[in-house]
Amino acid sequence: MPAVENTVLICAGGACISAGEKSVKGVFEETLRKYSLENVVRVVETGCMGACDLGPILVIYPEGVFYQKITPENASRIVEEHILKGRVVEDLLYVGDMGDLRERPQEELPFFTEQVRIATRNLGVIDPLSIDEYIARDGYFALHKVLFEIGTDDVIEILKKSELKGRGGAGFPTWMKWDFTKKAEGETKYVICNADEGDPGAFMDRAVLEGDPHSIVEAMTIAARVIGAQKGFVYVRAEYPLAIERLTHAMKMAREYGFLGENILGTDFSFDLEIRIGAGAFVCGEETALINSIEGKRGIPRVKPPFPANRGLWQKPTLLSNVETYANIPPIITNGGEWFSKFGVEGSRGTKVFALAGNVKNTGLVEVPMGITLRKLIFEIGGGVPGGKKLKAIQTGGPSGGCIPLELIDTPITYDNMKKLGTIIGSGGMIVMDEDSCMVDVAKYFLEFTVEESCGQCTPCRDGTRRMLEILERITSGEGTMEDLHLLKDLGENIMATSLCGLGQTAPQPVISTMRYFWDEYEAHVKEGRCFAKKCKSLTRVVISKEKCVGCTACSRVCPVEAISGSVRTPHEIDPEICTRCGSCLAVCRFGAISKVSP
Amino acid sequence: MSLVNCPDCQRLYKELDEYIDSVKGNTGVLINVLHKAQEIFGYLSEELQQHVSEKLDIPLSQVYGVVTFYNFFSMKPKGKNQIKVCLGTACYVKGADKILERLRDELNVEMNEPTSDGLFSIHAVRCLGACSMAPVVLIGEDDYYGRVSPDEVSKILDKYRRAE
Repeated sequence: MPAVENTVLICAGGACISAGEKSVKGVFEETLRKYSLENVVRVVETGCMGACDLGPILVIYPEGVFYQKITPENASRIVEEHILKGRVVEDLLYVGDMGDLRERPQEELPFFTEQVRIATRNLGVIDPLSIDEYIARDGYFALHKVLFEIGTDDVIEILKKSELKGRGGAGFPTWMKWDFTKKAEGETKYVICNADEGDPGAFMDRAVLEGDPHSIVEAMTIAARVIGAQKGFVYVRAEYPLAIERLTHAMKMAREYGFLGENILGTDFSFDLEIRIGAGAFVCGEETALINSIEGKRGIPRVKPPFPANRGLWQKPTLLSNVETYANIPPIITNGGEWFSKFGVEGSRGTKVFALAGNVKNTGLVEVPMGITLRKLIFEIGGGVPGGKKLKAIQTGGPSGGCIPLELIDTPITYDNMKKLGTIIGSGGMIVMDEDSCMVDVAKYFLEFTVEESCGQCTPCRDGTRRMLEILERITSGEGTMEDLHLLKDLGENIMATSLCGLGQTAPQPVISTMRYFWDEYEAHVKEGRCFAKKCKSLTRVVISKEKCVGCTACSRVCPVEAISGSVRTPHEIDPEICTRCGSCLAVCRFGAISKVSP
Repeated sequence: MSLVNCPDCQRLYKELDEYIDSVKGNTGVLINVLHKAQEIFGYLSEELQQHVSEKLDIPLSQVYGVVTFYNFFSMKPKGKNQIKVCLGTACYVKGADKILERLRDELNVEMNEPTSDGLFSIHAVRCLGACSMAPVVLIGEDDYYGRVSPDEVSKILDKYRRAE
């Protein structure tokens, strides 16, 4: 058999799959077979490479040439040109801002070079189905160290020095959680991984589970050794079937290699993992609700204390952390706590994975040292807002977070700073919004989410969020009053103070924070019936300029509700009573005659 | 879904029972069993919930409580091709609401209800984690469509209509 001459890494992250990665891979392999190259070219599907906007992505080694936005139609050309003839296919390369071709953007662009990849160290680099590749990247070394070289107290000490905090949202010091559970009394203890990544716009946990599942298996096994647990659960959302598949495979391989199961690496330590699949309830991201769900019950939160460290799953001491937190554990143990705390700033050490999405040029996953400014993250790494539009706000922390306005973009991202700005880092979702986003509408969107997802157990959250939503609906339909605005704020503060769990305590945050920074928008909705972004339908009309319209009839032909009238070569008119503000006519008018106005 | 009218059901119940027997000793398996039941039958009818309740020896009220709590479980049949429109924040900002609107117009059907031919049903789902390709539509389990525009909707639907 001939030696492998090329290794081709194809990104099989969620975004690349939805961009057609499977058919690209199919055509690529078919073409390899056509030229009998299947034995000299190795094709590997990796986890998310991060540059999701460019998907599907394919990188050819040893040269490291990076091809982007590949379609099934041109996948065969890469084989025929690059592999067969050694010629780079220029039109599939990354094109820089100045029209310059970049063969190896991973070594050149800030999007890649500014990153420090610890939790995502193996994403896009290894084959997630191969335990050998994980081991080759120092995988399971940390477990070996914990079993044979250092004591369990040393592990806690390393975590303490690393200053790692929980990456799921709350930001609680990880070493303390481990220490509490270790010291808790009881023979039976549990380790749980929270992979119920529910914050819309955050997908780092999915990427880690799909791209580097062994890091979670290793970290949880280490945790079990330290706190004295025999059994662990990974609670994964039902929306992530590929993550479940990859993790199941990783667990099987780990058992075969003796890293999981009975007598791990020949010691008397035994530990095993089980996957529990969520069933679509956002509140299950809350730790005690998640525990109830693993027990097979409705996922409603419990009153704390007692905390899970003392009484968690089946009332036993339970250590519960999120995926990204666990993914950091093996390298911290291998390299030491000081190594990790070298990154980041006071109070926020290490790195954090952010999911850039929304109106930003380079959407995707990036891992950067904490303390980086929002400006650097959004403009240098993210490439700024596309389409010449102006940045309006950055939404962080999902339904528990808030919106940061453009003026505060030079703030370094730390746990404390985000709190001061009225938001949280949360799980790391960052949705960039441009001037076309209405902040009242955004607040309404999140409230709709929490109303739907409130478990219904406590009154402030169940009824309070619903009342808040009703007020927001009044405001966005032009029926709000100034009194409503004050009521909204009051109600929000009360809900935050009196709800049982984190969901209710943070649910009003998107409203409170947008009111804080965009009060003028709320006021304009109420006082002038005006929506700055022209997003709120009741406050917006679509009009045709009599001067510009040439009567081409393009608009009246696409209008789905026949709201546009007028005969050929005479200016057309839109009936505001019938018009649904869908914007179809705006998209087809070639004369710039149609615009949205408010009021 | 009475057994008399449904010759297939006996086989399906047998499949479910085999699964239940394999996990019965473990604690907290109700949600797993319901996942399996929905996978086999497509939805969780009252009769099916009754069956699960008896097999697991868990009160029906508790089974019903769990079924109605979680979005993933459905007590109504769904269309053959389930169209899942992601309503995560990124998709929302990129106009997922317009996709949803167009789908409903095109199929003339309410959310979560199957079309009269049983071919489709539309469901709003939480973030699918493919935010860079927003707005995202997922049909069935594997067919992802990224950066969908309202005008592409009918083309996508045609693909499934033709497959019939």
